[in-house]
Amino acid sequence: MIRVRSLLSHAAGVATLALLSAPALAAGGDLGTAEKQATNWTAIVMFALFVVLTLFITKWAAAKTKSAADFYTAGGGITGFQNGLAIAGDYMSAASFLGISAAVMISGYDGLIYSIGFLVGWPILTFLMAERLRNLGKFTFADVAAFRFAQTPVRVFAASGTLVVVAFYLIAQMVGAGQLIKLLFGLDYWIAVVIVGVLMMVYVLFGGMTATTWVQIIKACLLLGGASFMAFMVMWRYGFSPEAMFAAAVEVKTKLASSIAGTTPEAAAAKGQAIMGPGTFIKDPISAISFGMALMFGTAGLPHILMRFFTVPSAKEARKSVMWATGWIGYFYLLTFIIGFGAITFVLTNPEFLDAKGTLIGGNNMAAVHLARAVGGNVFLGFISAVAFATILAVVAGLTLSGASAVSHDLYSTVLKGGKADSASELKVSRITTICLGIIAVLLGIAFEKQNIAFMVSLAFAVAASANFPVLFMSVLWKDCTTRGAVIGGFLGLASSVLLTILSPSVWEATLGYPVGSAPFPYTSPALFSMTLGFAGIWLFSILDKSPRASIDRAGFPAQEVRSETGIGASEASAH
Amino acid sequence: MEQSLAARIAANPDYQRLKTTRSTFGWLLTFAMLIVYYGFIILIAFKKDVLAAKIGSGVMTWGIPIGFGVIVFTILITAIYVRRANSEFDALSEKIKAEVLK
Repeated sequence: MIRVRSLLSHAAGVATLALLSAPALAAGGDLGTAEKQATNWTAIVMFALFVVLTLFITKWAAAKTKSAADFYTAGGGITGFQNGLAIAGDYMSAASFLGISAAVMISGYDGLIYSIGFLVGWPILTFLMAERLRNLGKFTFADVAAFRFAQTPVRVFAASGTLVVVAFYLIAQMVGAGQLIKLLFGLDYWIAVVIVGVLMMVYVLFGGMTATTWVQIIKACLLLGGASFMAFMVMWRYGFSPEAMFAAAVEVKTKLASSIAGTTPEAAAAKGQAIMGPGTFIKDPISAISFGMALMFGTAGLPHILMRFFTVPSAKEARKSVMWATGWIGYFYLLTFIIGFGAITFVLTNPEFLDAKGTLIGGNNMAAVHLARAVGGNVFLGFISAVAFATILAVVAGLTLSGASAVSHDLYSTVLKGGKADSASELKVSRITTICLGIIAVLLGIAFEKQNIAFMVSLAFAVAASANFPVLFMSVLWKDCTTRGAVIGGFLGLASSVLLTILSPSVWEATLGYPVGSAPFPYTSPALFSMTLGFAGIWLFSILDKSPRASIDRAGFPAQEVRSETGIGASEASAH
Repeated sequence: MEQSLAARIAANPDYQRLKTTRSTFGWLLTFAMLIVYYGFIILIAFKKDVLAAKIGSGVMTWGIPIGFGVIVFTILITAIYVRRANSEFDALSEKIKAEVLK
């Protein structure tokens, strides 16, 4: 009791005092501060262990990172199983762990609908892209998109697409990190953001892809292990009967509903049962389909995910990695669903975790964190807090590496130096870019502290689905695609997805503060329109393209196709 | 890659077979995934009560096994593709390589 109060006291404020038991009150204000440090140390020590371990790995990885190829792809020597875990570690963010379990706790079934969207892109990526990417590419997805096209324009487009996605994803992670760590560790927001920024710079700067991969693998194991334990403890309490767990959750929700004055028992029962079916998450069919498209096809256009396919030695290993990744991520979303229901029965019923108004101390995103203490005590609470921090580090390291590669490999080496840059100078540019990106991420993280940034991750997915994915897809699979078509269509998708997001309620009303209902674009996600525009643009400007370059582009398709299907000629990509 | 080698591979009947079989299989599974996911979304958008309907006398609804089913389907369909690609398609690929690179 004392510990929960002390851990969260700065966030929850005086309101918690009302709920404290006699010993806590007897401890008094001063001891509260001392206790706060004592509890923080559990989490901080575990996090420090994680940092020490990952820094040792970085030191080991630094010795192996000698060339640009080592930096971008760990020399292509990661196995399919390792890469699968690393992809899962790259993809399962703290937002999905804390956010989805919170969504399940609040509205039950709607949280499941949301998480399914993040999973269904993986088969599409497997069936249509994974092995072709491996067979055609070397370091970045621009290698694939620009395979048979004029290098400069396509690389400039791909680098723009990469940097826009990375920027929004990174800001969302930084702000999330600052808020979370402020809450879990009792550190100031800016200190938390600086710690994340410095550590991510150290991993990427010295250890490149090797260190990033291992940070992601360790994080994936810790997160999956911790979440499995929580789900196991919840199921154990109900004798491993889902019916018993759901019944208990419905009862809790019914009781909560009936405590509101003027609610009839029938209405309360209906409200309780409502968590077992779809609620208000899907407002209108257009938004539902559009958001589904952003998640499904966006996954196949995220630069930091696509880059991971170049770290394995063959198409076979690329397929194995996506198989493992899909399995782990799917399993993880099943766990978050159980954790969310566990939070209903263990956390919402326990006054220790609630403030005077009956809402969760520290906000709804603390659902999984409170549950960790409820099922595993303070040591496990420290463990889960440390895992949440580690999770953010793994995701931001992958993003930074991807952004740095776009600048050094696509812009510097290919566009500026015409592909003639030597490995040493390319590596130097990657490292300078990493430092720049780290500083920019910290500054933006601090600048956006008080902003409503809920739209940023869905915007990153929308851009990936509307710009990166169509260009990649058409360049690999459509023989008549040309440089001009890919670049114009790609930029149309990029510009329209950003513009329509700004005009949508989540930015226009929630961030810019215009009145509710005034947003010119009424839907949740732009993908249905911007992705269509991207594809239509590529098609139209390709078939209209009669330039000499267009004939070269089309003539290059048969050779590209043979290599993308068989991998013949791709061996040098992995034999660095 | 030299153009002549590419042309030789493109003319190889095993390559033609690999390309057709794999691309048909890949697209088939892609459509299966699209139908399952968008079927689920359309069910939520237009027929919420189907998912909210109780299975038995308890609180369990059809939505739970269907939602979990979509997750399991997603993992299984990926496994099915990877299994076939890593055995049958890769064997064919190796055969083509042996034929054209000898």
